[in-house]
Amino acid sequence: MTRALIEARGLVKHYGDFTAVDDISFNIREGECFGMLGPNGAGKTTTIRMITATSPLTAGELRVSGMDVTEDPRKVKAVLGVVPQDDNLDPDLLVRQNLEVYARYFGLGREEVRQRIDEALALFQLDDRTNSNVDDLSGGMQRRLTIARALVNNPQVLILDEPTTGLDPQARHLVWQQLRLLKSRGVTMLLTTHYMEEATHLCDRLVIMHRGKILIEGRPHDLIAEVAGPQVLELRLPSRERDALQAEFPQGDGVSVEQVEDLTYVFGGGTASAMAAERVGDPHRAHLRPGNMEDVFLLLTGRGLLD
Amino acid sequence: MTAIPLAPDISSGAYRVWQRNRDATLRNWKTEFLGIAIEPFAIILALGLALGRFVDLGRGENYVEFLAPGLLALFPMFAATFECAWGSYMRLEVQGTYESIVATPISVDDVITGEILWGTTRSLVNGTYILIVMFILNPWLHMVDSPLALLAIPIGILPGLLFSSISIAFASLARAMSHFAYFFNLIINPMFWFGGAFFPFDEMPEWVQIAGWFVPLKHVVDIYRGLITGNLEWSMLASLLWLAVFTLVFYVLAVKLMRRRLTH
Repeated sequence: MTRALIEARGLVKHYGDFTAVDDISFNIREGECFGMLGPNGAGKTTTIRMITATSPLTAGELRVSGMDVTEDPRKVKAVLGVVPQDDNLDPDLLVRQNLEVYARYFGLGREEVRQRIDEALALFQLDDRTNSNVDDLSGGMQRRLTIARALVNNPQVLILDEPTTGLDPQARHLVWQQLRLLKSRGVTMLLTTHYMEEATHLCDRLVIMHRGKILIEGRPHDLIAEVAGPQVLELRLPSRERDALQAEFPQGDGVSVEQVEDLTYVFGGGTASAMAAERVGDPHRAHLRPGNMEDVFLLLTGRGLLD
Repeated sequence: MTAIPLAPDISSGAYRVWQRNRDATLRNWKTEFLGIAIEPFAIILALGLALGRFVDLGRGENYVEFLAPGLLALFPMFAATFECAWGSYMRLEVQGTYESIVATPISVDDVITGEILWGTTRSLVNGTYILIVMFILNPWLHMVDSPLALLAIPIGILPGLLFSSISIAFASLARAMSHFAYFFNLIINPMFWFGGAFFPFDEMPEWVQIAGWFVPLKHVVDIYRGLITGNLEWSMLASLLWLAVFTLVFYVLAVKLMRRRLTH
């Protein structure tokens, strides 16, 4: 088994009376893309701040590449590449300067990183903007530059905190494509997101977080198959009609029904679901579709995604 | 984990932060340079020559001569405070620059130390330039009497560190840009007017003189006045000590406050 680059045991973070992270444990292995999925306030960013040694642990143990985060913060930070949730590129410096000055924070000289910076700028399609002002770049370009910046120290783990939040769909797909490329090159990644689709696409393994706790851990498709099942029936029906339909489903026996606002979801209905969808005959009112990560989340928390 | 060690955790990272500020400033050096270059001439002409025609301090010297040590103290003070109050707050809160730096092997203490060193650098550049201007104008205005005035440059490191530390300590408490109105209106501007730069302190009522002891700028002006006129006094050593102690206090305060702000 490949070694764990990040090991968290019983991680806890309190802010006064509020518990932001509530006793979580996980391992991130070399070469994998590990996801943290959850709504805003689930504790994802706090966990990342603890890993990057910018938020002291209330309790627990946290090691990065074998080094204790509390005891060796500088060494830990030297092997991490961090892409924060909000771009914090340096607007007082030009595009290329941003990477050079950032490399200098790691004690790396301009000549030392010249080639790496050239490659990163080319990879992220910024090589024709090297002397631009950062503020003149589009949101997508700024995000790509932030990712490129996180790579200047050749990190062992790339940490991405909601890397596509706020991007338009085109820019998001470009970022996904580049993250997949990094993954294929063997870069270990920790990615947080509240986009279920993003987690399913990019992550080898993920945890779903909610109110500071880890609800479940596994491979995305395994989780979908185990928790949501292969097929989900989505109903948008008046309540009387819906109740009549629901009565046809065998109670218990792996079937669960969830109500979220005007939508009813039937999980694990098997052939009964297929028959019901056919009988209603209108895909807008009864829709049979494959299970997805959102279903997993819904089933685990018993409600929709709340901000 | 709750006990924060008093000793600052400083490395060469402080120098990297200083380099970052240097590079950012040099990128806009033309705009920066213009303000620095023109202002001393304007002030010396306006206050020294124009206003000075109507002011007689009864001490056998022109007002512009009296003004010289004050100007030598004031301009560097403003250079340091602007850099480490507004400038630091921009980097802390608006641009997220500190956040991006502390994600690298650089500590919060490095960042604050680098910022203070940069504020000090700016105040030194400023002070040196003003001294040059005074030397240039000396044949006509007699602002500098003694070559000891050159000592104001190395000694200027101390007020540079002090005003940078005070400013950054305030920046760490500010929650909005508008809060700097408190800092400048309640601390810096009164110090500007009442720091002994524009009128002789020793002819003020006793309570004003006692209050003056608590004003950092007054100690700077007193030291510079001694150097510029060549009249050295023991009280200048006391003022130096005063500045050294308060610099240390505010430096530690700035570091501790900024640790609280950035690591939570």
